[in-house]
Amino acid sequence: MKPVERSRPAAPLFARCVHWILLFFLYLPIAVMILGALVVKEAGGTSFSLRWFAEVLSESAWMQSLLNSVLVAGAASFLATLLGTAAAMGLRSNEKTWRYAVSALSLTSLVFPEIVFALSLLSLFFLIKMELSLWTVIIAHVSFSISYVMMTVGARLTALDVSYEDAARDLGASSWQIQTSILLPLLKPAISAGFILSFLLSFDDFLITYFVNGAGQDTLPVKLYTAMKMGVSPKLNALSSLMFLMTLLITIFFFRSSSFRVLFEGSRRKNGSSAEEKNL
Amino acid sequence: MKFKDYLLLPALLWFLSFILAPVLIVAAVSFATRGTYGGIEWLFSFKNYGRVFSEAYAGILFESLKLSLLTTILCLFLGVLVAWSMATAPARWRPFYVMALALPFLTNLIIRIYAIRVFVGVEGPLQSALSWSGIEFDPYALTQNKALVVYGMVTTYLPYMVFPLYGAFEKFDYQLVEAAQDLGAGAWKILFTVILPNLKKALWSGSLLVFIPALGEYVIPDLLGGAKTMLYGNLITEQFLKSRDWPLGSALSVVMMVILLAIVFVMQKRGSKA
Repeated sequence: MKPVERSRPAAPLFARCVHWILLFFLYLPIAVMILGALVVKEAGGTSFSLRWFAEVLSESAWMQSLLNSVLVAGAASFLATLLGTAAAMGLRSNEKTWRYAVSALSLTSLVFPEIVFALSLLSLFFLIKMELSLWTVIIAHVSFSISYVMMTVGARLTALDVSYEDAARDLGASSWQIQTSILLPLLKPAISAGFILSFLLSFDDFLITYFVNGAGQDTLPVKLYTAMKMGVSPKLNALSSLMFLMTLLITIFFFRSSSFRVLFEGSRRKNGSSAEEKNL
Repeated sequence: MKFKDYLLLPALLWFLSFILAPVLIVAAVSFATRGTYGGIEWLFSFKNYGRVFSEAYAGILFESLKLSLLTTILCLFLGVLVAWSMATAPARWRPFYVMALALPFLTNLIIRIYAIRVFVGVEGPLQSALSWSGIEFDPYALTQNKALVVYGMVTTYLPYMVFPLYGAFEKFDYQLVEAAQDLGAGAWKILFTVILPNLKKALWSGSLLVFIPALGEYVIPDLLGGAKTMLYGNLITEQFLKSRDWPLGSALSVVMMVILLAIVFVMQKRGSKA
């Protein structure tokens, strides 16, 4: 049954206009960029073609940095999901001493300005004489992703009724059994949401990577940054358009997946949801 | 220690080694001395802090604070209106609006900035339109300036403002709005006397979420601002990557962190009262 929605007086026309104008200005440069990637200017005039896309896809340097990005994002989000999920489940315990330290540190890493994060890690690697490489990038990405996984999984955990665990305990399940066979399966959608989120964050990160990556081991955003410093070109337009389209596909997939809904429901239920909110 | 505490251990160790330790190192380095060829010499001194508060650097700090504040205020203004419009749209359109706002936000920052540069660049639509209409302009001033930095900052950080506000507008009890309408209040009166006082928490958290990263921003002013727009994040980065003066860079970052912590502290106090 579809819940009945209460009436919501629409926002005034002014607010709706601002909304549309804003969307227009957000998308206008992107539209121009995609158009620029499709246009080929030659002596005989201009025409539309996919030439720039083909050219950029056949350049091995770009493909190598794409591979680096995928490697880093894959490894970092896997580690962050592992550590973050364990930590979120650990936080459900009642022991205060450890909880406090972990949640305080995870909050710090959320409000840290990126630049401080980046250069403090650079200083650390310098002092312990760790050579900068894809490994240092992975370490850095794990550090900022853990908190997001903890948040995602934690939101779902608070929405879960304690009675699941109580029932399992009454039936004689051990602490280990409760975590692995009761909580983990219930948390699955939240865990995959946390994984996707940290993958995207890692794949997108420029600033921190720029500071801690080894020479010649650029990820895609870092390589794009250096190329863009040289100026604008149709090939760069094509590459950027491809990356935008990829984001579009991932976003659509993410918004349609159950993982995403979990993200919202988790925080909603805490505030006592009404039928109308579940409708979203 | 219980079993559940062991679950916390890996993350705790990770945080201690890669978040807490690095920050402590930066704090320590800020009291060290710059070596002759860059690098760090462990000679204790306060002189880095003396330089941080010298006129030139304090001026840049002031400029950055001003720009972050401007960004936050613009985001507040736009964010309230956009979140209001989004939350009161028909239910089946709302997820679409959320996605339309999230998409550029999820798109890589470098790509968004690249797109802006294409737009304002030579042969871009803006310059073509200006020269077609016969208006005189300076092509260099057009591609790198402060207004572009503000545009870049606002479009980048707006989602941080809109999403908390949207959440609050979603949950708002619109019966109050109907009541106010019945009593003859106009849209603006309703916004300021009925809606916003109930959203204080979201307004504070949105502002914090915008202000903090804006103060440390490096990429946007670097790519859209040109040499004249030097902000605190750029200043710190220069010390680390170009001047190789790590002690000064560390002192600058410590000052930025202290300012941010103070702001977070004050805002949280106010936010919890709200």
